[in-house]
Amino acid sequence: MDLIIEGVKQALYLLFTLDREVIGITLLSLQISGTATLISLFIGITAGTLVALTRFPGRQLVVSLINTGMGLPPVVVGLFVTIFLWRNGPFGFLEILYTPAAIILAQAVIATPIVTGITLAAIQHLPANLRLQILALGATRAQMIWILVKEARLPLLAAVMAGFGGVISEVGASIMVGGNIKGYSRVLTTATVMETGRGNFDIAIALSVILMLLAFCINAILTQIQQRERPR
Amino acid sequence: MSATIQPEILLKLEDLLVRRGGVTVLDISRLEVFQGQVLSLIGPNGAGKSTLMLTLAGLLKPSRGAIFFQGERIADGGFAYRRHIAMVFQEPLLFDATVFENVATGLKIRGMSRGDIVRAVPGYLERFGIGHLAKRSARKLSGGEAQRTSLARAFVTKPEIVFLDEPFSALDPPTREALTNDLERILRETHTTAIASTHDQTEALRLADRIAVVIGGKIAQIGPVAEVMNRPADEFVASFVGVETVLPGRVVRVSAGAFAAAVAGGREVEAVGQVEPGDAVLCCVRPEQVTLSPNPTPPGSSARNVFAGTIRQITPLGLFQRIRVDCGFELVAYVTRQSLEELGLTEGKPVSASFKATAVHVIRRKEPLPL
Repeated sequence: MDLIIEGVKQALYLLFTLDREVIGITLLSLQISGTATLISLFIGITAGTLVALTRFPGRQLVVSLINTGMGLPPVVVGLFVTIFLWRNGPFGFLEILYTPAAIILAQAVIATPIVTGITLAAIQHLPANLRLQILALGATRAQMIWILVKEARLPLLAAVMAGFGGVISEVGASIMVGGNIKGYSRVLTTATVMETGRGNFDIAIALSVILMLLAFCINAILTQIQQRERPR
Repeated sequence: MSATIQPEILLKLEDLLVRRGGVTVLDISRLEVFQGQVLSLIGPNGAGKSTLMLTLAGLLKPSRGAIFFQGERIADGGFAYRRHIAMVFQEPLLFDATVFENVATGLKIRGMSRGDIVRAVPGYLERFGIGHLAKRSARKLSGGEAQRTSLARAFVTKPEIVFLDEPFSALDPPTREALTNDLERILRETHTTAIASTHDQTEALRLADRIAVVIGGKIAQIGPVAEVMNRPADEFVASFVGVETVLPGRVVRVSAGAFAAAVAGGREVEAVGQVEPGDAVLCCVRPEQVTLSPNPTPPGSSARNVFAGTIRQITPLGLFQRIRVDCGFELVAYVTRQSLEELGLTEGKPVSASFKATAVHVIRRKEPLPL
């Protein structure tokens, strides 16, 4: 019990004294996970909308793959991203393994199926004739897709929350492709794992409190937007 | 002698075939929609009315056939054509925005400036009686208000042709009545060409210049309202346009343009028409043409057809009472509630039912039906 109380005290101390290392790790975590979420939103919303609006052979299989991808284990992603970026791997020439860019790539791979799956479900849940109604108003296909995405904006906020929540809290892929290099590719989750391994529970608790606060604040803001717009 | 002016053809369909899942859903050789007129599509559920509507609106690609708008063939996708039309569905299909923004959608899609939109929308909100709801969220509207918004959104783009796919069928009768009134007025004021599908004959009669009866993916009959309602082409059309008594018969006597046909129960129906003795016919009588009387022989009637019968069933039907009379064959009549009470009509009571020979619409059949 003392360990936990000491950990919380340490966390508050680190936070209020704006410890340079902790602030650096927090900002890097936000930067990496934020960028990965943005990439996943761009790819996921586009792919989810296209799959929702088109019929093609094998569509059912694609939908099943997307749904499976929503539960993709981060260590598996980490393993394959590492192999692909390995010196002799297909993308080894990029030389980004053990860099923040590699973590962004791995986190984007984790978040994209989550965003795609939620977008697909959200667009499919819109009234069947809405698409025809928009076209009958004289819309081009691009205008129709834009209006549909706007109509599905509330579930899409859930996609942002799920995508960001999924990547800010994952550790397996980040540690595998980022290497947890101090001051370079160390993020909140990898630092927590490392400090726990060293037996520095107070710092580990402090980092996990910051991680939870971060996730809570971002989700609270998005929830606020979502609830304000929710149809009554 | 004045020549009849034929209205200009605005929309034309030729040799249309729509197949889905290997099944023919629509097969129509020709259909024309005239400028400034309202064409009502009526028919039972699943007849293909909505599919025809979507195809004509350029929203569904047919398996075969061509659609011409103002004489020009509509290209695949029909984007340019869709800028000339508007459509209102059974569900209002409003966007998650205010009433004003919903009505403005079509104008925004067309790239109209905000200033022009702000000038254009209020007039249409007022026209459809929703001016006071401009700032309200579309999610907070009643069914009638939502459908008014949907109509305003369609008309604000000044479409040359508007498609109305059973827009009022989900509304309660008073709201439907009020909306039909407004729509009728606005269609007349704006001279907008419209195609309206409905299964409500009253609605069709109120709005339409012409009626097309769609049955089994084909147009069973098309023509001016009075022609379709009073002279149905066959028994399917007759049963659908409200001719509730369709009697199979065989012509037994012919004299001076009139004839008598033997029908069920050993009775004879007198009618007017060019037939030969022995011809198989269907005698169609609309319920509003049938007069009921508690007297066995109603005094002062010129009706050639008078039958004694017994009231089998009285069913309230909106403004009317539907009365089923057994005269040896079944005859259906409509009376008002007031007449029902004044004549003391009750189930099981003997009555005489009469209708004029001229009230009988005759359909000749190649194959006789059993009497």
